[in-house]
Amino acid sequence: MSVARASVASRLAAIAGDSHVSADPAQLAPYAIDGKAPAAVARPGSAEEAAEIVKFAAAESLAIVATGARTKLSIGMPPREYDLALDMSRLDRVVAYDPGDLTLGVEAGIPLRTLAGVLAEQRQFLPLAPPFINRATAGGTIASGVDSPLRQFYGSARDYMLGMEFITGDGALVKSGGRVVKNVAGYDLHKLMIGALGTLGVITKINFRTFPLQELNQMFGAAFDSAADALGMRNRIARSPLTPMTLDILSPGADVLLSGEAAARVEANPRGASLPGGALWIVAASFAGNESVLERYEEELRGMADASSAVDAAVLDGEASSNALSRVREFVPTALESSPAATIVKIGVLPARMKEILEAAARAAEANSLPWAALARGVGVIYFALLPAERGEEARLGVTRAADAILSASSALGGHATIPWCPGEWKSALAVWGRARGDFDAMDNVKKAFDPRGVFSPGRFVGGL
Amino acid sequence: MNSQLLDGLKKLLGADGVLHKPEDLLLYEYDGSIESARPDCVVFPRTAEDVAAIVYLAHRYETPLVGRGAGTGLSGGALARRGGIVTAFSRMNHILSMDAENQRATVEPGVVNADLSAAAAPSNLYFAPDPSSQKACTIGGNVAENAGGPHTLAYGVTTNHVLALEIVLPTGELMRLGSAAPDPPGYDLAGLFTGSEGTLALVTEITVKLSRVPEAVKTLLAIFDTVEDATETVADITARGITPAACEMLDGWTLRAVEAYVHAGFPLDCAAVLLIDVEGLREATRAQAKDVEEVCRAHHAREVRVARDARERDLLWKGRKNAFGAIGRLSPTFYTQDGVIPRTKLPAALARIGEIGKKYGVEIGNIFHAGDGNLHPIILFDARDADQRRRAVAAADEIIEMCIRMGGSITGEHGIGMEKDRLMPLLFSEADLALMQRVHDAFNPTGLLNPGKIFPSAKACGEIRARPSPAAAASRT
Repeated sequence: MSVARASVASRLAAIAGDSHVSADPAQLAPYAIDGKAPAAVARPGSAEEAAEIVKFAAAESLAIVATGARTKLSIGMPPREYDLALDMSRLDRVVAYDPGDLTLGVEAGIPLRTLAGVLAEQRQFLPLAPPFINRATAGGTIASGVDSPLRQFYGSARDYMLGMEFITGDGALVKSGGRVVKNVAGYDLHKLMIGALGTLGVITKINFRTFPLQELNQMFGAAFDSAADALGMRNRIARSPLTPMTLDILSPGADVLLSGEAAARVEANPRGASLPGGALWIVAASFAGNESVLERYEEELRGMADASSAVDAAVLDGEASSNALSRVREFVPTALESSPAATIVKIGVLPARMKEILEAAARAAEANSLPWAALARGVGVIYFALLPAERGEEARLGVTRAADAILSASSALGGHATIPWCPGEWKSALAVWGRARGDFDAMDNVKKAFDPRGVFSPGRFVGGL
Repeated sequence: MNSQLLDGLKKLLGADGVLHKPEDLLLYEYDGSIESARPDCVVFPRTAEDVAAIVYLAHRYETPLVGRGAGTGLSGGALARRGGIVTAFSRMNHILSMDAENQRATVEPGVVNADLSAAAAPSNLYFAPDPSSQKACTIGGNVAENAGGPHTLAYGVTTNHVLALEIVLPTGELMRLGSAAPDPPGYDLAGLFTGSEGTLALVTEITVKLSRVPEAVKTLLAIFDTVEDATETVADITARGITPAACEMLDGWTLRAVEAYVHAGFPLDCAAVLLIDVEGLREATRAQAKDVEEVCRAHHAREVRVARDARERDLLWKGRKNAFGAIGRLSPTFYTQDGVIPRTKLPAALARIGEIGKKYGVEIGNIFHAGDGNLHPIILFDARDADQRRRAVAAADEIIEMCIRMGGSITGEHGIGMEKDRLMPLLFSEADLALMQRVHDAFNPTGLLNPGKIFPSAKACGEIRARPSPAAAASRT
């Protein structure tokens, strides 16, 4: 930090107001990333204030990390420098909501739970259902790029985000995209902000399209003895005319995890609910529609489960269905809760490669005596959790070897893998962002165009960006 | 043009891979818009390496370079505004792989949109973006302009279906962006380059997502005696949370022009029709069709017809997709706008377009993607008459300004190109445009690729040049 701490705080206070700036270590502790706390935190009350703060920080060469509810700050590498936390939680308004148009504009700091309430009054919703949903904000969810079980049907945020306003590294407030559901004017810069961990800009407003709430929905669960059978069921669904809202495959370890104590400790999970467990491979598909559509789904899914050698199958509806979906959504928090050194490898492969990568990953875990649990989305994304019982050197070595083997296997199968969650002190030994990519220079170009002085989250992203 | 450059291109591609005689270049002065610009030569690469070598030569001789698919674009994106080399991708037209199991295809940029869907059909798959020019337009062009179509209402525009790109940067470097597998780490570069209108790189290979052909489709034709009833029906369908796969509107003037040409069975004495597709499971489409019909009737539809079979459905859609060809028979020139408005504002917007037509004394037809508020007012004029042309452009500008005032956009699917660059400041602030310019310059610093597009320049003001002859393409958006 180029200026004294006290002077920074007073300059920030002049922008955001005394009560919204702090340099008190006790207040800064919650903003720490992998043990590294900032020198100050500012909570701007408007996009303009936030832009002023960025301008000031850029002039003083202060490194900024924008934060929401701080549920996913540990994703990526710790920042090389971290002077200022820019807490966006006061920007929590719905800016524009036009239910008749199914379009919505919100400030970045709005909690998803609050937003869901507003939309539910109009029988609508936003298919952003990330883990840590009880606290997560819209901006944090976009910046961290976490996905949601609903991507099976609704796609990911890039498919229903219409536009954005954000602050670039020189403190300019800019916008990209728009508020209408169809728009190809200019470059789609807002897409770049998804999952960029705030390395390109500070998100201030986001426009989304909303969707009608489904009146009736159910979840179908089937249990299998093997991953091959479970994935066979997934493939049957993919080839059928059925279009479920969610389609997830749980390993036996995940099945146990999500019905166990760790899951009960996860805040966002409803009390007392659990999935029908049994330490088997589970395929969970939720679907919605009118009575005759639901009947059709159940009939076809039961047939597919039988043809895929399911040992058990059940349909959940109402509260049981949404409770089960909640458990699936909170897989990552549950895994983190269950082990002192949970390390979660996120794998992306073509759907037809899921069987091979799951086998390779299981072998890698077992060769290093590591308990594991996996959640595989039907689209080809797998969260593979390595769950050592302790956080010592032996565990670190085992996890490093296993993660490395999984990364290699993913590459060999034409996919990729990263390590979004692991103990902070292990990050230097792990390939958190996976294998080097051939498009790094292009990413570097983008970073320099958005943030030429490198004030935003330096070093947190791919390749040290 | 520089003779050493021409020789270099001929040496690289063979004499049959380069066009440079004025009579050969004529065709490449145009696309589907009312713009024109003459290139100095047109080259036909066969491989990505050819493209890289062309870019290298262009770079060496400081000659602008513009990519071109089928030339069906509606914003002048594929025109050589500053002259130079047009790189036509018609010989790079191979489907490189079709992976039905994973619903992926990898294609060269010159593959025709409809050919990809035809090739995927045996696996019951298709490529969802369906511009009306889909029998001619190419996937590369779709990627450049982020093309849409009627069914983007439910399935999104091109960017929602593009997973990975191979590109050649202005330096001649080949690079792969994105991934066939989901969630590649790093910035969403495939998302940035899709829709960048050839101003950042030339695309040499595209991996797309294929969609499953729905089990059931129902096509409804709702007939209205007033335009207001039709537009209010659309707003109400949206508000009630009914999501058709497509929801198109044709006003009376347009559908009479279409009917005379296509004989699709549109009634000649009505004010507007809505052409609506609902798709999905049999059980769901049955219910949806019923809901849609109910809403239409609530808004005084005179009649709601449901296509009885595929033949009837195809005929109705043929009427829609060939509408622009039909209008080409009526007017020497027409100018198609592409503004977008919030769907709730459709009734007011259509009324205002009518007033604008009267104000400037030009005939304006409306045939458009009503379900997503994407207007296509068609302004008829005779380009040989300078006054008519001026009035047509003024009317178009006023419509676009209306779209912006209503909270909309200046293009829903055609792109900015050289047609709407001067309108960009109406939509974006200086700071917004400055960031886009920095991103442009990060990849294309000297403006070698597609100069004079997207970004407003003082020079561009009022520079709409209309084509001199009818040459109305048979099928456009």
